[in-house]
Amino acid sequence: MTFDDIVAHPGQWLRGDGPHDKIVVSSRIRFARNLKDRPFPGWAKKAERLKILGEIQSHVGAIPAMENGYTAPLQELNALQKQILVERHLVSREHASKSAGSAVVISHDQQLSIMINEEDHLRMQSLLPGLQLREAYKINNEADLFLEDRLPYAFHADLGYLTACPTNVGTGLRASAMVHLPGLVLAEQINQIVNSVGKIGLAVRGLYGEGTEALGNLFQVSNQTTLGETEEEIIDRLVKVIEQVIEHEQNARQMLLERRANMLLDQIGRAYGILGHARAIASKEALNLLSVMKLGADLGLFPESAQLAVDELFMTTQPAHLQLAEKKEKLSPEERDTLRADLVRAKVKQIPEPDIAKVTPTKNGNGKKKDK
Amino acid sequence: MKCDVCQKSEATVYLTQIVEGKMQKVNLCENCAKEKGVSDPTGFAMADLLLGLGATQQIEHGGQPAQKCPVCGFTQIDFKKTGRLGCSACYDTFADGLANLLKGMHKGLKHTGKMPARLSRRFAMADRVKSLEKDLKKAVKDEKYEDAARLRDEIQKLEHELQA
Repeated sequence: MTFDDIVAHPGQWLRGDGPHDKIVVSSRIRFARNLKDRPFPGWAKKAERLKILGEIQSHVGAIPAMENGYTAPLQELNALQKQILVERHLVSREHASKSAGSAVVISHDQQLSIMINEEDHLRMQSLLPGLQLREAYKINNEADLFLEDRLPYAFHADLGYLTACPTNVGTGLRASAMVHLPGLVLAEQINQIVNSVGKIGLAVRGLYGEGTEALGNLFQVSNQTTLGETEEEIIDRLVKVIEQVIEHEQNARQMLLERRANMLLDQIGRAYGILGHARAIASKEALNLLSVMKLGADLGLFPESAQLAVDELFMTTQPAHLQLAEKKEKLSPEERDTLRADLVRAKVKQIPEPDIAKVTPTKNGNGKKKDK
Repeated sequence: MKCDVCQKSEATVYLTQIVEGKMQKVNLCENCAKEKGVSDPTGFAMADLLLGLGATQQIEHGGQPAQKCPVCGFTQIDFKKTGRLGCSACYDTFADGLANLLKGMHKGLKHTGKMPARLSRRFAMADRVKSLEKDLKKAVKDEKYEDAARLRDEIQKLEHELQA
């Protein structure tokens, strides 16, 4: 597989086909592993890092799931290619800043990606669409079982898998789900949810705001602690919480439809209007409006085909993806905003106006959802 | 409001994280946010960030200040700078100081999850030896010398296997 193949065929999670995929965008499992008594990547000298990379890479390439996969030493990727992989969630931002001595190996189906010499010698992650944390764990675990027979892992009887950062020691596991919660944000219930999830030792992260105003109403729910619980316990807890979050989001959407339909239609109509006519749009505004469009599609106000178009725009409006499409080495922020608007306009023009017959607002703003 | 990391530029990114009812806030300027990877929610842990902002000093309370990892040459000063350890052996070298740090960070101090298959057999044997040694002590104390002799033989056999 080549880099162009990855660009041309986005991973399955981007096409969003999984349990609860209307609300759970993706599920991710990450393991951190290291070799015993060898300096961690951040502390190792370049020669040592290269040596470790050599020892690990052939085994990683031999993992059955990696057959016909993609392997790249980081120094062979240019800045734009690295950024594309970051936007696709195939490598971390930290890994993208690495050069000689680090590598990434990605499976053919792009479900499994293994970073060598990131913060730890090995960072393996599985990414699946919808709520599939247990399935993602299985994929990761198989790769881990393959490697543990071939590499001398750093493992401590009390502390478990030893990692460069003490925050990851133990299971070395981070399980996370990206959830899309426009209903809870519009219903102004998101703070309560964030607070109560936080109380049980899970983290909810939104960006650019007081932890609540997430970009594009996307939130990342993940475990914070890695030592003292089994992998199953950590994942079970997370799954239970996410199932509850899904229920709250569904209730919030229902409540908005029943009691605040006019406001809901107004928001969706405005998103449709702006995205269909803007001549320059920043990433933040685009994501927030696309989120509202996605909600409209979920509620059936747009035809089925709009669903995929909107999901795609979430990715294609990201800076590196814009740049790649334009085949230009460097774009100024203004050029990017214009290009982004062009791209979004073209796509949104193909989507018919929101079908408000699906929701009938009455004079006092109440509405009733009609059966399809 | 100034950025918590560089203390120079105006903070424009405000992060709030609530873990177990404890709220943590960090304010960052755009450059530091970028540098810390804050704009990438998948790769970012608030604890890591807080670790770089003083929590690392905790490691100093344990052990000698000039302690150096015999395997990789890492020192506590390096940990304070980076918030990362040098190699897996550092966990033993700085065990005392780390215990405090880990206690505040995690649910427990004992790993209960999976382990590499070949190690799990060894650990099971080592645990068995420990428990037999306890039994042996008790047998000697209770003057049950026949039991004690049997236990001693079993321990020797296991230890022999462990060394192999």
